[in-house]
Amino acid sequence: MLMRRVGLAAAAALLSLGLGVAEARTVRWAAAGDPNTMDPHSQNVGTVTMVLQQVYDALIARNPDLSLRPGLATAWTQVAPDRWRFTLRPGVRFHEGEAFTADDVVFSITRALQPTSNYGIFVDTVDRAEKVDELTVDIVTRTPDPILPNKFASVFMMSKSWAERHNATRPQNTRAREEMHTVRNANGTGAFRLALREPDVRTVLRRNEAWYGWQEASPLPAGNVTEIVFRPIASDPTRVAALLSNEIDFVLDPPLQDLNRLRAAGNIRVLEGPEVRTLFLAFDTHRDELLYSDLRGRNPFRDVRVRQALYHAIDIQAIHRTTMRGQSIVTGTLFPEQVNGFVREEDVRLPYDPARARALLAEAGLPNGFGVTLDCSNNRYVNDEQICQAIAAMWTRIGVRTQLKAQPLGPFFAQIQRDDTSVYMLGWGVPTLDALYSFQSLLATRNGAQGDGIWNYGRYSNPAMDALIQRMKVETGAQRAETIREALRLYREDVPHIPLHHQMIPWAMRSNVTIPHAANNQPYFRWMVVN
Amino acid sequence: MVAAVQRFFDSDIWWSFTRSPVTVISAIVAFVCIAGAVLAPVIAPHNPFDLASLQLLDAFKPPAWSEEGEPTYLLGTDDQGRDMLSAIMYGARVSLLVGFCAVVMSVLLGVSAGLAAGYLGGTVDAVLMRIADIKLTFPTILIALLIDGITRAALPRDVHDQVAIYVVIFAIGFSNWPSFARTVRGSTMVERNKEYVQAARVIGLSRGRIMVSHVLPNVLGPVLVIATLQLGFAILAEATLSFLGVGVPPTQPSLGTLIRIGNDFLFSGEWWITIFPGIALIVLVLSVNLLGDWLRDALNPKLR
Amino acid sequence: MFAFIVSRILQALPVMLAVALISFAMFAYVGDPVAIMLGQDFTEAQRQALIRDLGLDQPFFVQFGKFVLNAAQGEFGLSYRLSRPVLDLIIERAPATLELALTAAALALLIGVPMGVYTGLYRNSWLSRVFLTFSLVGVSLPTFLIGILLILTFSVWLGWLPSFGRGETVKIGGWSTGYLTWGGIKALILPSITLGLFQLTLIMRLVRAEMLEVLRTDYIKFARARGLTNRAVHFGHALKNTLVPVITITGLQLGAIIAFAIVTETVFQWPGMGLLFIQSVGAADIPVMAAYLMLIAALFVTINLIVDLLYYAVDPRLRIGGGKGGH
Repeated sequence: MLMRRVGLAAAAALLSLGLGVAEARTVRWAAAGDPNTMDPHSQNVGTVTMVLQQVYDALIARNPDLSLRPGLATAWTQVAPDRWRFTLRPGVRFHEGEAFTADDVVFSITRALQPTSNYGIFVDTVDRAEKVDELTVDIVTRTPDPILPNKFASVFMMSKSWAERHNATRPQNTRAREEMHTVRNANGTGAFRLALREPDVRTVLRRNEAWYGWQEASPLPAGNVTEIVFRPIASDPTRVAALLSNEIDFVLDPPLQDLNRLRAAGNIRVLEGPEVRTLFLAFDTHRDELLYSDLRGRNPFRDVRVRQALYHAIDIQAIHRTTMRGQSIVTGTLFPEQVNGFVREEDVRLPYDPARARALLAEAGLPNGFGVTLDCSNNRYVNDEQICQAIAAMWTRIGVRTQLKAQPLGPFFAQIQRDDTSVYMLGWGVPTLDALYSFQSLLATRNGAQGDGIWNYGRYSNPAMDALIQRMKVETGAQRAETIREALRLYREDVPHIPLHHQMIPWAMRSNVTIPHAANNQPYFRWMVVN
Repeated sequence: MVAAVQRFFDSDIWWSFTRSPVTVISAIVAFVCIAGAVLAPVIAPHNPFDLASLQLLDAFKPPAWSEEGEPTYLLGTDDQGRDMLSAIMYGARVSLLVGFCAVVMSVLLGVSAGLAAGYLGGTVDAVLMRIADIKLTFPTILIALLIDGITRAALPRDVHDQVAIYVVIFAIGFSNWPSFARTVRGSTMVERNKEYVQAARVIGLSRGRIMVSHVLPNVLGPVLVIATLQLGFAILAEATLSFLGVGVPPTQPSLGTLIRIGNDFLFSGEWWITIFPGIALIVLVLSVNLLGDWLRDALNPKLR
Repeated sequence: MFAFIVSRILQALPVMLAVALISFAMFAYVGDPVAIMLGQDFTEAQRQALIRDLGLDQPFFVQFGKFVLNAAQGEFGLSYRLSRPVLDLIIERAPATLELALTAAALALLIGVPMGVYTGLYRNSWLSRVFLTFSLVGVSLPTFLIGILLILTFSVWLGWLPSFGRGETVKIGGWSTGYLTWGGIKALILPSITLGLFQLTLIMRLVRAEMLEVLRTDYIKFARARGLTNRAVHFGHALKNTLVPVITITGLQLGAIIAFAIVTETVFQWPGMGLLFIQSVGAADIPVMAAYLMLIAALFVTINLIVDLLYYAVDPRLRIGGGKGGH
C-alpha cells in the first residue's frame, strides 16, 4: 500500500514537472454553508455537491453552460427503449490507487438506489445496472427514460473495494450508532483529492495531477489551482469583510446588497449569472376552508379569479429593482430557458394592475378582501424574507390583508411538508434540466407514485395537467416538446402558482482569479485560473 | 404636595443633580428617548406596521440632509420603504417596554425574596440565598435562551409568536432578581434589629405588615439604584437576544432586531439602516446608565 | 469537610437534572430534524423510517429517560447535522472557546485592575474621569456591536487584523492552539477584546469601589499614621485587600465569559463551542444543543463548587455552621 502510494506520488511529480505546473497556487474559498457530509450519495444539497463534485466524477460531466460532456464514460447510447449502454474510460484510478472498472459503476448505481440514499430522484427509473465487460455497463430502466444521461450527471462514482473495506456500502444514515467512514473521508477519481476535513472550520482539497481531464479538450483551458482551502462563513457582513480584507479569494454567495461595494473595491470582480431556480407562490387549492384566513366557509384560492387578482397585485419590477437590486430574471413561467422544454412565448406575466386586481376580487364576491398568512423561509433563497415582506405589503394594498410568517428553512419545510399552509413561497431548482422534474414534483396530483406531486403542498389537482404529465414521462422528440408546451400554456391559464423570478447567483472573487460561472451554482475549479 | 416638591428641590439630591452637567444632560436625553418611545403612536411621522402604506418605491431613501434624501423621511428608509425614524421610535418602545417590565419583575421577585430571607432568617434564608447563588453564576443570556427554548417547545409556534415578548420579559426579569434579593436581605437584617421594628412587633403587628410598611421603605434607596442600572442591562440583554434571533418576533421589531436587520447593510452603502438604530440603542442605554451611576453616588453618603 | 462537599454535590444534582430536562425539552419540538435530514426528495415511507430510527415516535419521557442515562455516560448520540459523535464535536471545539475565554479574561484582569487602582486612588483626576466614562460606554455597548465596529475598523478599513476564524493553529496532542503562530495570535486579538471589554469595565469598577472602601478603613489610616509611604500603603495594604473579591468575581465570571462567547463567536465565525451551538440551533440539531447546555451547566456547577470550597477554606465561620447560608 505504502509502496504503491510512493509510486503514485513519484508519477504525479514527474507528470507535473513535464507539464510545467510546479508552482503552488492556493485559492481560499468561502460560502455561507458547510457541507455536512462527504458521502457521495447521502445529501443532495448544493453545499455538499459544491465540494464533492471536485472530488468525485460522474459517468457524465457538464460544461460550464451545463451541456453534457464525457466524464467517466466516453460514450452512451440508448441501445433499447429501456436500456442505456455506457462505455467507460480506460486507465482511470481512484485517489487511493484502485482502478476504476464496471464493477464500481454497478456498485455506485446500486448504492444510489438504496433507501438511505438522497439521490433517488436521479435513478428513479433505474431497475438495475448490468456489467457487460470490464469497461461497459448497461442501465436497465423500468420505463423508457429519454433524459437518463441528464440525471446521471449527478450520480457520483465511488470505488467498490474502498467502500467495502471501510464498511460503507450503504449511503450514510443516522441509524448507524457509529460514525461512518464516508462522512469525513472521500476517495473519488476527480480533479482534486480531499486532503483535510474539519467540519465547520476548513476543508482542504489538493490537485490530482493524474486526472484525465487536465489533458482533455474542453471549452476552456485547464485551470492552474493546486490547492483549494474552503472555509464556511455564515455571517453575511463577515464574509464580505473577509473578501475585502484579502483573507478570501472567492466567495460563492456574496450578499446582493454588498455587490456595489464589492464592484467599487477595484481589486474584486463580481461575476453575474442566472441560476436554474425559480421562485413562485403556491396556494392551498385543496381544502374547502383555508387554515390560516379570517374568511370562513369558503376557500378563496379555489377561485381562479382570486389567484389572478393576487398575481395582478404584484409589482414584480419593483421587487426586481429594489429587493433584488437587479439580480433576478422576472418570469411568468415555471422554469428558466436552460431547462429542456422552455418556451419563450409562454414566459408572459399577468401585468401589474392593482385596479384590475381589486375588480377581480369584487367579481369573485370578495370586495372587502380577506386576511391570509403567507409562509416563507428566511434563509433559503436570495432575500426570501424581503421578497415576502414586499408581497405582503402589495397584497394588503388591494385588500388581502397578509400576515407574513417567515421562518428558517428547518421549521419552514417541516411545516409546509405537512400541507400545513394556505399560501407559501418556494424556490425550485431543476438539476436534471428537464421540464418533467418541475411538472411532476410541483403540479401532479399526489397519488403515491414515486415523484408525483411530492412537493405539491397546496395539493393543486387538475386532470388535464395530470394527463399531460403522464405523457411527458414516456413521449420523446417533437411530440414530447408539444406536450410540454401545452402544459406550460395550461400553467399560465390556470394560475396554480404566481411565478416571480429566476434567481441570479452572483459570485465574487479577487480580480486575479477567473472561473466560468455555472447556472447550477457549482464552481468548477478545474477551470479556475489564478494569476 | 407643594411642600414635598419644595423639600425635593431643597434636598441634597437635587443639589448634587444640578451640580453635575453630565447628569443633567443624560437626564434630558433619557427623557427625550423615553417620551419619543412612549408617544411613538402619536408623534411618529409614519406607522411602520401599516403594511398598506409601505411602498417599495420609497425603499433605501437616504437621510433627509443628504443629496437624494426626502424631507418626509428624516433618517431615511429601510429596504421595505419603512421610515427609519418611526421604526426606531417604535423599536425603542418595544425595547423600553421589555426592559422596564423585566426590571419591575426582578424588583418584585428580588425584594420579596430579600425581605423574606432577611427578616425571617433561618431555613428560608438559607434556601433562598442558595437559589440566588446558583442563579447568579448562570449568565442572563443563557437563562433567557433556556426559558425561550422551553416556551418554544411547550407552545405552538403561532401562540409563541404572540407571547414571545412576555417570554423575553420573563426570561430577563427572572435572571436578574438575585442582585435585588442580596441587597434587600442585607438592609433588612440591619433594620430588623432596630428599635422601631421591635416596637412594632411588641404592639402586635403581623410580620407581613412590618416587612412591607416598616422595613421596605428603608431599603428602597439601594433598590432604586440597582433598578436604574439593571434597566440598561435589561435593554442590552433584549437587544442581544434579538440579535441572535431568539428575542421578540420580527413583527414587533425592537432596537436589537433593527440592528440585526441593519447588520446586513454594513458594507452596502445604506449606512443609515445600520447606524441609526445602533446609535439610538447606545444613547438610550448610556443615558440610563449615567443616571444610575449618579444616583448611586448621590445616595451613598460615604462617597461624598 | 467531607460532609460539606457531599452536601454541595447533592445540591448540584437537582440543578443538573433540571438543566437536562430543560435542554432536552427545549429542542424536542423546535424545527424538524427529519425534514432537514431528508433533503429535497423523499417518500413518506422514508420519512417514517427516519422518525423511527431517531426514536422520535416514542413518548416524551421515554426519550428523556434514555437521554439522561446516555448523558451520564458522556454519550450524547450522533449529531443530526454532521453525523458525528456529539462529544467528539464538542471536544474538538473546546480549545477554541477556552483559549478565547482565557485570553479575554487575562486582558480584562491585566487592564482592568490597574485602571481600577488608578481611578480609586485619584478619584478626581481627569484621567480617572476618562476611564470612568470609557467604562460606562463599555457597559452600554452591546457585545455584538463592539465586534462589528472592530471588524469594520481593523479589518476592512485598516486591514491590520483578520476578521474571522482562528488563523493558523498548531495541534499539540488533541489540543489545537492559536498561541504558537503569529497568525493565530493576530486572529485572537479582536474577538478577545470584544469578549473581554465588558468584564474589563466590571473589574475596573469593582477594584475602584473596593479601593475606595479599603482606603477609608482604620487600618489604612494607621498605616499612614505609621509614616509608611503612599506606595507601600496603596500597593502593600490596600490593593492586596481588594484582590480577594476581584479574583473570586473573575472566577465566577469565567462561566459568563464562556457563555457570552456565543455572541462573539457568531460575529467572528470563531470555530468554538458557542458557534457550534448557534449553528446547531439553526439546524435543529438536538443532540448537540442538549449536550452543550449540559456541559455549560456542569461547568457552572463546578465553578460554584470550587468557589464554595475556597470560601470554606478561607472562612472559618463556615466550618461551624456546616453548609448553611454563608455570607
